[in-house]
Amino acid sequence: MSAQMLRVTEIEALSPLVKRFRFEHPHGAKLPLFSGGAHVVVEMPDGDMLRRNAYSLISDPQDGSGYEIAVRREDGGRGGSRFMHACVRQGDMLRISTPLNLFSLDMRARKHVLIAGGIGITPIIAQMQQLLRMQGRFEIHYAARSRREAAGLRLLPDLPHIHAHISDEGRRMDLGAILDRQPIGTHVYTCGPEGLIASVAQCTERLGWPKGSLHSEVFLAPPPGRAFEVTLARSGRTITVGPHQSLLEALEEAQVEIDWSCRGGACGRCETEVVSCHGRIEHHDHWLSEDEHSSQTRIMPCVSRFRGRELILNR
Amino acid sequence: MPATKFTPSITSRPVYDGLTPHGAVPALMLANGPGGEALLELIKTDPTIPGHAHVIYIPEGCGFGKTLESKGFASYFEAASYASVLPRFRKLLAEAGMNTRLYLAGTEGLIGQATSEALEAGMLPEAIDAEHRGSLARRMQCVHCKGITENVTTDPFTCSHCGLSLFVRDHYSHRHAAFQGVCVDAETPGEIPPRQEIKA
Ligand code: FES
Repeated sequence: MSAQMLRVTEIEALSPLVKRFRFEHPHGAKLPLFSGGAHVVVEMPDGDMLRRNAYSLISDPQDGSGYEIAVRREDGGRGGSRFMHACVRQGDMLRISTPLNLFSLDMRARKHVLIAGGIGITPIIAQMQQLLRMQGRFEIHYAARSRREAAGLRLLPDLPHIHAHISDEGRRMDLGAILDRQPIGTHVYTCGPEGLIASVAQCTERLGWPKGSLHSEVFLAPPPGRAFEVTLARSGRTITVGPHQSLLEALEEAQVEIDWSCRGGACGRCETEVVSCHGRIEHHDHWLSEDEHSSQTRIMPCVSRFRGRELILNR
Repeated sequence: MPATKFTPSITSRPVYDGLTPHGAVPALMLANGPGGEALLELIKTDPTIPGHAHVIYIPEGCGFGKTLESKGFASYFEAASYASVLPRFRKLLAEAGMNTRLYLAGTEGLIGQATSEALEAGMLPEAIDAEHRGSLARRMQCVHCKGITENVTTDPFTCSHCGLSLFVRDHYSHRHAAFQGVCVDAETPGEIPPRQEIKA
């Protein structure tokens, strides 16, 4: 994964829990352009631990003068977002990967309906800028618990086809009303918690939409958990994965060559064969099939963990 | 007339899987000639279909119109040609919702043109059912003048636009919904191989 050192040029609080970060090239060089829905992976050297988290870009995809992300502080998370909030200062240099898009707009669409829950608004902000530029037809539905927490409100322009559904103001998002009667050529994009994505899928199925019109991205950060051990079949070594470390990070720390891209269980690049498993793999990915999950023969080290006596990987 | 079977040898030629009933959902149906019979067979399998379906039928000398008209479709319209009914088809597509299915039945030329029209309107291929009925005639595009000649049954044939003698290629363009015709006597003007009937 190619990456470069970029300078943090702006930090702004968008809400009590969400901060916006802007990165620019230290000598002002132009950064590669991207498309709406793309993310970058930020490297966070935290003590002797190197964390890498993926964040959706919220800046204009056609603007190479900088990249911007919005990070929500997850106090129960592994510490990546806490690091961004507590340790990163304006002027710092961080290693940022080239943008990659696993959630791009479908150009066959005649209309785009973008649905976001909470911090899931981030990829949709860049998609919106792309749509505004190409004068595409779209509507945005953004659901948040309260106005105070709704960081996205600061990033969304005041347009009649952009709707905020704030639940503690009694305006819950009604998917049926949003999706019913959409014209052919509509594509729907959902980013947010898994429950929201599942509800959109159920609703469109009930309404008889073709499956190909659905697009989604779960924001999946590697969950923390108990420490566990894995054995690497090729070298015979056993390594320990810390409670706030992902298996992928532990493999990287042990200098094991492993490919990755999304670090969120969606792209399939880090897929690893399980040689033997005595215990239970805690699968958290969206890549492997249900059968592959239950057979415990493959694992996605970027998000999944293990509990049990012994796990041997073909690495 | 049964559904037309193709020899599977032409890889760029689309394969139509036939019409499958999708129940009481909003539908558009477009058929020409013997394709009318395919629509009748379809609704026989599921009598809830017609109440939600708008039908356009181009008889081209076939007598299925009367029966179709009596089946209680949401609307039924008969037209002389695809070209004359295109504005109506476009309007139906523009007014259709995301749950609309499209059923196409008839010649390859009709299916191809209507499919690209529906895709252009943003419909997804998975919402389209098609069944080829009737002649094996090909809709041909002249690669030289770009003109379209309909219902070509012989190889070579004469381009109805520029008059060149064209060889019928098996190369199908999805965008134009047509096979490609290439000048057959470009190197040896006037030397035209005997005409043969197209059999596939
Ligand atoms: S890195 Fe994408 S699935 Fe693991």
